[in-house]
Amino acid sequence: MSDFEPKVVAFVCNWCTYAGADLTGTSRIKYATNVKIIRFPCTGRIDFMLLLKAFANGADGIIVSGCHPNDCHYTSGNFHAKRRWIMFKELMDFMGIDMNRVTFSWVSAAEGARWAEVVNTTVARVRELGPYVSYKEMVNKSVEEEVKNE
Amino acid sequence: MNNLVARAKELLNSNSVQVVIGYETGPTGVARPAFITNSEKADRLIYDERCVQNLAVYLTKHEVRKLGKAAIVATLPVMRSIMMLISEQQIIGENLVVLGISSEGNLLDIADIRVMQGIIEKSDLSNPPEYRELLAALNKMSPEEKFAYWQKELSKCIKCYACRQACPMCYCTRCTVEVNQPQWIPVQANTHGNMEWHILRAMHLAGRCISCGECGRSCPVGIPCHLLTMHLTDKVFNYFKVYAGTSDKMSSVMSTYEPNDKESFII
Ligand code: SF4
Ligand code: SF4
Ligand code: SF4
Ligand code: FES
Repeated sequence: MSDFEPKVVAFVCNWCTYAGADLTGTSRIKYATNVKIIRFPCTGRIDFMLLLKAFANGADGIIVSGCHPNDCHYTSGNFHAKRRWIMFKELMDFMGIDMNRVTFSWVSAAEGARWAEVVNTTVARVRELGPYVSYKEMVNKSVEEEVKNE
Repeated sequence: MNNLVARAKELLNSNSVQVVIGYETGPTGVARPAFITNSEKADRLIYDERCVQNLAVYLTKHEVRKLGKAAIVATLPVMRSIMMLISEQQIIGENLVVLGISSEGNLLDIADIRVMQGIIEKSDLSNPPEYRELLAALNKMSPEEKFAYWQKELSKCIKCYACRQACPMCYCTRCTVEVNQPQWIPVQANTHGNMEWHILRAMHLAGRCISCGECGRSCPVGIPCHLLTMHLTDKVFNYFKVYAGTSDKMSSVMSTYEPNDKESFII
C-alpha cells in the first residue's frame, strides 16, 4: 500500500477558505498535492449529495471548509451548514459510511498556514485509512448489477 | 365507533365539511382510506387497531383538496403531521376539522389547533416503542456491520417511491429524485443509487419526520427505511431538544439555527 496516494476533494466557500488557500500559495507554503479544491459561493451551498458524489467518483477523503461562525459573507450560511453537517454525520454513522475520511473545518482568508495544516493532516489520516475500498466496491458492484439487468 | 359515524354525518349534513377522510374495511378485511362525501355512506367509517395508515398524506393531494373542506380522522401521528403541514404552510388549520382519536381509541373533541396542540404536548413524542429495539440494535453494530446491513436492505429497493408517496411531509410536486439536470439520483435501481436515494430522503426529513412509520409499512419489499428518519428524529431531539409537529408556528430544525449550536467535529 506504500504507493497509495489518497484522492481528497475539498469543498470550500469562496470568501474565506478559498481565499485562505490562495494565501497559502502566495505565502509559498507547501502542502500535499492530493487535494482538488472546488469553490462554492458559501458553505450553505455545499449540498450533502456532493459529498456522496465525491466518494462515488473515487475520492478517498473529503474536506468541507468555510468561514468561521459569525464571519459568513452571507451572515448565516455556515450556521445552516453546521446543522446540516451535524445531521449528515449522524446519518452516515448510522449507515456505516466512514466519516473519519471527512474533515469539517473553518478556515479564514487570513489562515493560509492553517489551510496547509488542514490539508496535510487530512491527507495523512486518509493515507493511514487507505483507499475507500468498501464504498468503491459497492459502486462497482452496482454498475455490474446494471449490466446484468440490461 | 358510533360517535365517529354520528359526528361525520352531522358535519356532512350541516355542510360544515364536504369530505370526511377516515378508514373503512376493504374487500380483503384490511383497513383502507375512505373519502366520505355523502352522509349516507358515513356508516362505512371504522376505527380500530387495523387503522394505522397516516391519513394526513391526503391533505395536500389536489384530488382531495378539490372535494372541498375536509374533516380527518386523526391519531397522534396524523395530528402531528397536520401541525407540520400547517407550519410549512401547506394547509390552513382553520379549513380543517380534526376528528381526533385518543391512544385508547376514543373520539376526542378538538375545537381548534390550540386544543390539538395541547393534546400533542401531553403525549409521548419520542419514537414509538416498537421501533426502539431495532434502532438500538443497529446503533450497537460496528461501522462495517452497519454498512453491510444497509447495503443488503437497500439492494432490494425497486425505486417505486411508495415510501415517499406515503409520507405526509414528502409533498414536493417535483421531488429531487425526478430532477435530471443534474441527475442527482440514478434512475435505475441498484444498491449504490438506492443508498443515495435513501440518504437524500432521510436528510430531507430530518427534523420533519413525526415517526409514524408509514414509509416502512408502505414498502413492498419490506425495507425498514423508517429507521433512517427515526434515527434522525432521535438525534434532532438530542441536539436541538425539539420534536417535529408540536407547533403550527415552529420552523423545522434544518431551516433554522442557533449561533451556539454545539458539535464536536468541526476543526
Ligand atoms: S424526498 Fe425530498 S424532494 Fe422528494 S418529496 Fe420527499 S422531501 Fe420532497
Ligand atoms: S416515519 Fe416515514 S412516513 Fe412517517 S413522517 Fe417519518 S419519514 Fe414520513
Ligand atoms: S417503498 Fe421500498 S422499494 Fe419502494 S422506493 Fe421506498 S424503499 Fe424502495
Ligand atoms: S461565505 Fe463562507 S461560509 Fe458563507
